[in-house]
Amino acid sequence: MSLQSQDIIRRSATNAFTPAPRARDHQAEVAKLIDVSICIGCKACQVACNEWNDLRDEVGHNVGVYDNPADLTPDTWTLMRFDEHQDENGKLEWLIRKDGCMHCADPGCLKACPQPGAIIQYANGIVDFQSEHCIGCGYCVAGCPFDVPRISKKDNKAYKCTLCVDRVTVGQEPACVKTCPTGAINFGSKADMLVQAEERVSELQGRGFAGAGIYDPQAVGGTHVFYVLQHADKPQLYHKLNPDPRISSAIEGWKGWLKPVAAAAFFATLAGTVFHYIGVGPNEVEEDEKETQV
Amino acid sequence: MNKDRLILRTRFIDRASHWFMVICFFLVAMSGLSWFFPSLNWLNGVFGTPQLARILHPFFGVVVYVVLMFLFVRFVRYNLPEREDAIWFRNVNKVLAGDHSQPLRIGKYNAGQKILFWGIMGLITLLMGSGVIIWRPWFADYFSIPLIRIALFTHALAGISLILLIIGHAYLAFWVKGSIRGMITGYVSRTWAKSHHDRWYQQISNKSEKK
Repeated sequence: MSLQSQDIIRRSATNAFTPAPRARDHQAEVAKLIDVSICIGCKACQVACNEWNDLRDEVGHNVGVYDNPADLTPDTWTLMRFDEHQDENGKLEWLIRKDGCMHCADPGCLKACPQPGAIIQYANGIVDFQSEHCIGCGYCVAGCPFDVPRISKKDNKAYKCTLCVDRVTVGQEPACVKTCPTGAINFGSKADMLVQAEERVSELQGRGFAGAGIYDPQAVGGTHVFYVLQHADKPQLYHKLNPDPRISSAIEGWKGWLKPVAAAAFFATLAGTVFHYIGVGPNEVEEDEKETQV
Repeated sequence: MNKDRLILRTRFIDRASHWFMVICFFLVAMSGLSWFFPSLNWLNGVFGTPQLARILHPFFGVVVYVVLMFLFVRFVRYNLPEREDAIWFRNVNKVLAGDHSQPLRIGKYNAGQKILFWGIMGLITLLMGSGVIIWRPWFADYFSIPLIRIALFTHALAGISLILLIIGHAYLAFWVKGSIRGMITGYVSRTWAKSHHDRWYQQISNKSEKK
């Protein structure tokens, strides 16, 4: 069952008039900083994730690249993505990105979820699936701008990185952070991580990576997992990382204007029938004597 | 009830299909509304639990679709547009006021009912198509996420539109006395037929006179 806490600031499918408990939400926002320029692709983070979360995905096949398994799955919540990139001068670069949930400040999964409390956002920024409430509709898959949630074939429920909420709650860093041997994954308050990231970016720029920068997309309110990229001007180099992630307009419309418009239409229709009936009266026809008396 | 003086308007197979479909549609519509308006989440209690509702909703939806397609085949010939429908449209204010002083050359179904017929058939087809695209775990994996997003929006919009149409349909049946009895027993009175569907009544009478 879910770890009970009262520092939930957002709860899926819950009316703003009846919000989640919010008495204990004075917390610093946390963040995981992934410095892609330091990563050596050892996959220790993948293993640590499986260890801590008791996940044992099937051993995949070599599909010609180092990615294994080939994609995120319900049992693989973080995945090293390997891309080879040749720059203008013909220099080969091996770009390795740790993929997984970005823990958006404005989460598309939470917006799309129809089941109250199946997705929650903590005051520290962690977005977590409460699997026992999940109904397996897959709306979160459509809501996510990063293609992260996966539906399990075992129980038809959605899974993704929890940012080790169970470790963070008791003051520990996520398992992947603890295990990373190069220090490419860091964890702390979002403010501290941004300072560290900026320092690293200016260092990279000084070393000739003119496009180095932070990937912390603002269209989803910023993310609580963010990257330092050597080529932040071309994020799509890193296994098609979305240069401008945002919640799709179909999801925004469906969960936004369509709801009040539909509610108004329901009220108008029901009111119309009531007022029509009491205004016009029942539509009866006089039966002829000879017909009714047979 | 003396059936000699009444007219058989809807046969048993059509009435049985209609009411069976009504029950399935009610369950599907309530669970659908529970996800569209999450504050009304309790509506999916019609299927037991939220998880069960999520599993059963599409299967019951398919039943509604199949029965409606059967009724489409049974009723489409009465619902094709005719020249006389223009008379009904011109007098729609009188129709809504319940004024029967003037015969409107109405066939088995009036122009409003025909619009309802095509609206229901069109929307259920849209719901079936978009529903397959978003149906987990069976079909959704075969479609791209951008397509699923459009299907989710379409499914919600078509579902709301269909429920609104059905509310209108049920109200009009309740308003026009004798209609619900007609759909339950199959029979309507001659006066009912004469005042609500005059041209259909003529056709029926001509036929029985020939006998």
